[in-house]
Amino acid sequence: MRWLSRLFEFVGKVGLFSLRVLIDWLKPPFEFAQLSRQLAEVGNRSLALVVVSGFALGAVMTLHTRSTLVTFGATAMIPAVQAVSFFVEIGPLVAGLLLAGRVGSGIGAVLANMRASEQIDAIESLSIDSFKFLVVPRVLACVIALPFLTLFMDFAGLLGGFLSEVLSSHIAPALYLNRAFDYLQWSNFIAPTLKTAVFGFIIGSVSSYFGYTTDKGAQGVGEAATNSVVVSSLLIILADVLLIKCIFFLFPDTAI
Amino acid sequence: MIANQSIAVEFKSVMKSFGTKRVLNDVSFQIGQGQALCLLGRSGTGKSVTLKLIMALMRPDSGEVWVDQSNVVGMGEHQLSLVRKKLGYLFQDAALFDSLTLYENLALPLGRLTKKSKDEIDDVIRRVLTDVGLGADGAKYPSALSGGMKKRAGLARALVLEPKILLADEPSSGLDRITAAEIDELLMRCKTERGTALIIVTHDVHGARKVADQVGVLDKGNLVAFGSVEEVSQSDNDVARRLITE
Repeated sequence: MRWLSRLFEFVGKVGLFSLRVLIDWLKPPFEFAQLSRQLAEVGNRSLALVVVSGFALGAVMTLHTRSTLVTFGATAMIPAVQAVSFFVEIGPLVAGLLLAGRVGSGIGAVLANMRASEQIDAIESLSIDSFKFLVVPRVLACVIALPFLTLFMDFAGLLGGFLSEVLSSHIAPALYLNRAFDYLQWSNFIAPTLKTAVFGFIIGSVSSYFGYTTDKGAQGVGEAATNSVVVSSLLIILADVLLIKCIFFLFPDTAI
Repeated sequence: MIANQSIAVEFKSVMKSFGTKRVLNDVSFQIGQGQALCLLGRSGTGKSVTLKLIMALMRPDSGEVWVDQSNVVGMGEHQLSLVRKKLGYLFQDAALFDSLTLYENLALPLGRLTKKSKDEIDDVIRRVLTDVGLGADGAKYPSALSGGMKKRAGLARALVLEPKILLADEPSSGLDRITAAEIDELLMRCKTERGTALIIVTHDVHGARKVADQVGVLDKGNLVAFGSVEEVSQSDNDVARRLITE
């Protein structure tokens, strides 16, 4: 039962850490310079990964869907299946998991390295609140960047699927787009995209927790990076289940 | 005994443990404004912990730590930040911020903690960097600096706010004799020209003999000797005598 008590202890510590992030968000001074630096780090530098992955995933998904739907003579549904599945679930979830890998490991490793090399102590010694200076801008950058990166992933996936389908069936672009957006409502689009802000909060706060609180020196850097990715990814998948239930509750029409 | 208003740092019966290991055991001492204290001792005897307790980066298990007439133990973050403005800290490995240039490392505290204009900040940084011999290196990132340059850059950052008290953790470790002597010279100038109180953790006895008004020797968490270099060299404690006369 020791593992269970350790699990509860961990959940409590991460919960309190995340609560402190929320409280410190609202308290001045606001670290706008740090926020813009982190937005560039989280957003700009992840864009290529997200777009290329989305494009490839969209193309591959269309190829698989086509081979199945051909059996039922429902190839006309391919654009709709592609668009709905990407915008509602695949885009947000895959973007969250990709970013947990790229951004989560980065935040965990950077903060753990700063802790090991006494840079965090140095910030405190300069009368600067290291939590507000280092942690809050990183979490906020993840919360802001994730929905935008998800949109890029969604549209890259749609483009990948479109090109794949055009090459397979020579469908007219206008027809493809008409069929793709026929079944897509605003509620299919807005709520799933916004839920990635929660994924961003999970990635930012969990990774910052592992990096900021490590006390194992250089060894802690690797551990923080690994733990950040594993725990963020798990929590994103769990949160996704809960958020889908919430979306179905708030927008019953989307629960087909 | 030093008059109350001129005490820079005072420890009163300070205890600190990590797990079952007692790092500081009932340590008491005081140093005055404008004085230099060198803390000597073997590795792992609590010297760096002493500096971190003064900066309130750690809390003692019991006892009081007075910095410029304020007890920092149990102090809130806001009050603590006011006390820390009076302190400069040279970390053992300099602890420069990797993602910022040398200039930005120095500009960060100046921009946030003073009301200086951009031009005034530029002037201060240029002067301090020239003082430590890095006048032409402001645009470099820490990764492009040698060990000795990092130490001097760390010292520049610690001095940029003109602190009343400077804490230095092994300022000359890993440096050649000439660079170490230059660092000692800089520390001496802080003391004599600005009246800065210095608390220096070091293994360099030659440097300590040059800079220190007081020497403290820590052994197994106990302050086994404290006084002038002459007093400590005649101490009853074998470790203290051997350390100072080596």
